[in-house]
Amino acid sequence: MPYLPTIGLETHVQLNTQTKIWCGCKVDSSSEPNTNICPVCMGYPGSLPVLNAEAVRKTVQTGLLLGCKIGLRSKHDRKSYFYPDMPKNYQITQFDEPLCLGGSLEIEVNGKKKVVQINRIHLEEDVGKSTHLRGASGVDYNRAGTPLMEIVTEPDLHSEDEAFAYLTALKRILEYGGVSHCNLERGNIRCDVNVSVAEEGSEVLGTKAEIKNMNTFRGVHRAAAYEIKRQIRALETGTPLIQETRRWEDDQGVTTSMRSKEDAHDYRYFPDPDLAVIRLTEAQVEAWRADLPELPEAKRKRFMSELGLPEYDAGVLVADVEVAHYFETVVAATEGNAKAASNWVMTEVMRVLSESGESASRFKISAAALGKLILMVEKKTINNSKAKEVFSVMLEEGGEPETIVKEKGWVQVSDSSALEGFVTQVIAENPSVVDDYRGGKGAALQFLMGQVMKLSRGKANPKMVLELLKEMLA
Amino acid sequence: MSILAQQNLRELQALLESGACSSRDIVTSVAEQIQTVDGDIHAYLEADTEAALVEADAADARRAQGEKGPLLGIPVAIKDLLNVKGQSCRCASKLLEGFVSPYDATSVAKLRQAGAIPFGRVNMDEFAMGASTEHSAYGVTRNPWNLEHVSGGSSGGSAAAVAAHTAIVSLGSDTGGSVRQPASFCGCVGLKPSYGRVSRYGLTAFASSLDQVGVLSKTVADAADTLSVVAGHDPRDTTSDPIGVPDYAAALGEDLKGMKIGIAEEFFGEGVDPEVAASVRKAIDHCVSLGAEPVAVQFPHLKYAVSIYYILAPAEASVNLSRFDGIRYGNRVEADDPVSMMCKTRDAHLGDEVKRRILLGTYVLSSGYYDAYYVKALKARALIKQDFDKVYEQCDVLMSPVAPTTAYKIGAGAQDPLAMYLGDICTIPSNLSGGCGLSVPCGFSQAGLPIGLQILGPAFAEERILRAGHAFEQSTDWHLKQPGSFS
Repeated sequence: MPYLPTIGLETHVQLNTQTKIWCGCKVDSSSEPNTNICPVCMGYPGSLPVLNAEAVRKTVQTGLLLGCKIGLRSKHDRKSYFYPDMPKNYQITQFDEPLCLGGSLEIEVNGKKKVVQINRIHLEEDVGKSTHLRGASGVDYNRAGTPLMEIVTEPDLHSEDEAFAYLTALKRILEYGGVSHCNLERGNIRCDVNVSVAEEGSEVLGTKAEIKNMNTFRGVHRAAAYEIKRQIRALETGTPLIQETRRWEDDQGVTTSMRSKEDAHDYRYFPDPDLAVIRLTEAQVEAWRADLPELPEAKRKRFMSELGLPEYDAGVLVADVEVAHYFETVVAATEGNAKAASNWVMTEVMRVLSESGESASRFKISAAALGKLILMVEKKTINNSKAKEVFSVMLEEGGEPETIVKEKGWVQVSDSSALEGFVTQVIAENPSVVDDYRGGKGAALQFLMGQVMKLSRGKANPKMVLELLKEMLA
Repeated sequence: MSILAQQNLRELQALLESGACSSRDIVTSVAEQIQTVDGDIHAYLEADTEAALVEADAADARRAQGEKGPLLGIPVAIKDLLNVKGQSCRCASKLLEGFVSPYDATSVAKLRQAGAIPFGRVNMDEFAMGASTEHSAYGVTRNPWNLEHVSGGSSGGSAAAVAAHTAIVSLGSDTGGSVRQPASFCGCVGLKPSYGRVSRYGLTAFASSLDQVGVLSKTVADAADTLSVVAGHDPRDTTSDPIGVPDYAAALGEDLKGMKIGIAEEFFGEGVDPEVAASVRKAIDHCVSLGAEPVAVQFPHLKYAVSIYYILAPAEASVNLSRFDGIRYGNRVEADDPVSMMCKTRDAHLGDEVKRRILLGTYVLSSGYYDAYYVKALKARALIKQDFDKVYEQCDVLMSPVAPTTAYKIGAGAQDPLAMYLGDICTIPSNLSGGCGLSVPCGFSQAGLPIGLQILGPAFAEERILRAGHAFEQSTDWHLKQPGSFS
């Protein structure tokens, strides 16, 4: 009998605000443990939360990017459970009036497009981080109070590949939106995966298992695949499935039971009396909408229509938001020579980035400097092959392209009398090649061309050399 | 001649101003009075005289520089649930034994800015849960008028200290009557400002939607002066109101002519001691003789107030108190795993009344009961507000007893928590509505125990209740009476 798996994802995204959601402490996961803390994020007696307006803006903007309806009235609630990494033993979250409702995200799996429905996005606080040391446990509260968005899909995904594609697409939107650092190693994105399996055509979903706290997309893919197989096997053998929370054991590649529904917490949600209801105006939401960054698809189309890039180039450049930003800055510095900028970014820049694994925002050559270099080629101050050498120097030693060219004496020779001298000498020194050319071997011209360049130590204007050669050999 | 500690705030301001005494003299006198009488009363959990003298000298130096102000150089006793940097803040609980606060509550910071000296931690019912201070983990505070009787609560330490002249003024907190009722029991003035008038930042939360920092003092003018210092919007408390702070001292000058006083018979119903009712009615008559106009009003939903309160307050408290788990601060009972540690710590170090309310609150918030209790109580709370709205359409202030009885004997209420809860019926409504309230001495029982008159006003109408209270007080001498053994 065929089975249909169904997956719903709850994705927790740490926002990249400067400060925490309820207090002025810095959000910085690289600090020494328990250095970015205060009475508020430590849950000291008498302390009170004050909502970070930036966190609201970023959550609403994420909602707008995902096509959500923004709740003009929204509120925070307390969710009670006892855990050492939670300073107040309740988490301030949003229960029934979240900031964003509905929404969707388009994904592509094996060439097929699909729209995944989003149920809601709410804004809550992250908790501290427990570390188990020998004979004791420690808690780092730096993370406690980091603004956290929870993005909840409808049970709309039907394979591990779809789950993976959704997360990849979501990450790209979050990066483009500039709302999160999206660093998975640092736990910026964590995911709970709800999996159930039902007989194909069934009206109701099967019994679900929730796999908690996944922090890699590959892990989600593997865990979902395992869980689907496990549940299908259970259905096939008639083993009853129970609603439960499961844990992914990455090294063994299996999920194991954490607790069943009977042991589930009663979170005792109720409205947080310390916080006022959030009231947004249409005007505010519209201002935030106007301020939204451009999404990949829109950017791709604009690169084609406004910059005249081929579809291929546009697609490559928008795949990574930082590369796209870098490229746009280069274009601006080249007086709009988009195709040249595209060639340089797609070949030289992306080659170096993929070798080093760095992000474009940290690339050693600034976009402005690369723009200048490209301009020098366009203005024929240097030729293309010299430009690549300049690029290498900039990469290794830094510096401005003009200075490097000047210091190295690489200014292109475009003076026709000097070039004539080189060409005449090369023709005289290579009689047999000249004969080959005259005999119809086109490749011979390239050889002669190379000899001229060599003689000029790479500085000759190649276009002029070619014309001169043709003229003088005619 | 009476000692400095026996003077009220206004009198001490005059003495300081004239140079007749220094802040150091006042702190010394208060410390001596604590030494003399607090062994019997037990209002103080702690009082660091040396530290207070250092601050007194600083205040004297500020005055020497030409600075003035109603609280400059005045020691203020702080209820044990308000955070004062560097002082313990145990909330009269064993669970917070050893906890030293790393920060000042906003109300305390404002006291400091004004040159007041936070001097001493005064006793209370554990986490402000109780109405007698018998639920302190550190022993009961006795009533200065009769040591066999309770001082009231939960700000019993604050009230007893002011009555016994071991404090000039004190900051307390009022969630369901915790400032007004002990003031009534101890024969001093108790002011509960409107919700949002004083920042709650640094006030250890009992029930966040009801809690408010209040003032206990010897006179209404003293309460007005202290409120003017601690009131105002605080960006750290989003429930504090941005509304401006008026000149409370200026409001005191006006008399009662033309003021409409509402009297709702519901507040004099079953359970109100005839002696108390008689004194309060006499006080209202007195106000009328001063030119006020009595207006009969209705308060039909009063009978629900206690039930509403004992659902909402424990619900909020059950979650507010979750943070006391022994992990980050306070007392801890070690165990093999963190969850057992939390359970054992809370079991060992929280008192019975606190546990009772946590259980009650946990129950009413539980899934399946939430709508029947919590949501229903919220709706009923709106009815109480509605009653007040109608009342204040007809009158300026509402007058009633503060508590149905005078201070009862220590141990008398311990067996019956429900009876103790019912004792809050007159004070709870203004917490539920967010309005303001004042308790002013208005007589004594045959047994010689003080009786208080409650004056209630709408939200942010403190000027009105202070004006009424001051006019009443200044034309009577109840506030001048001293407990026998301490005069």
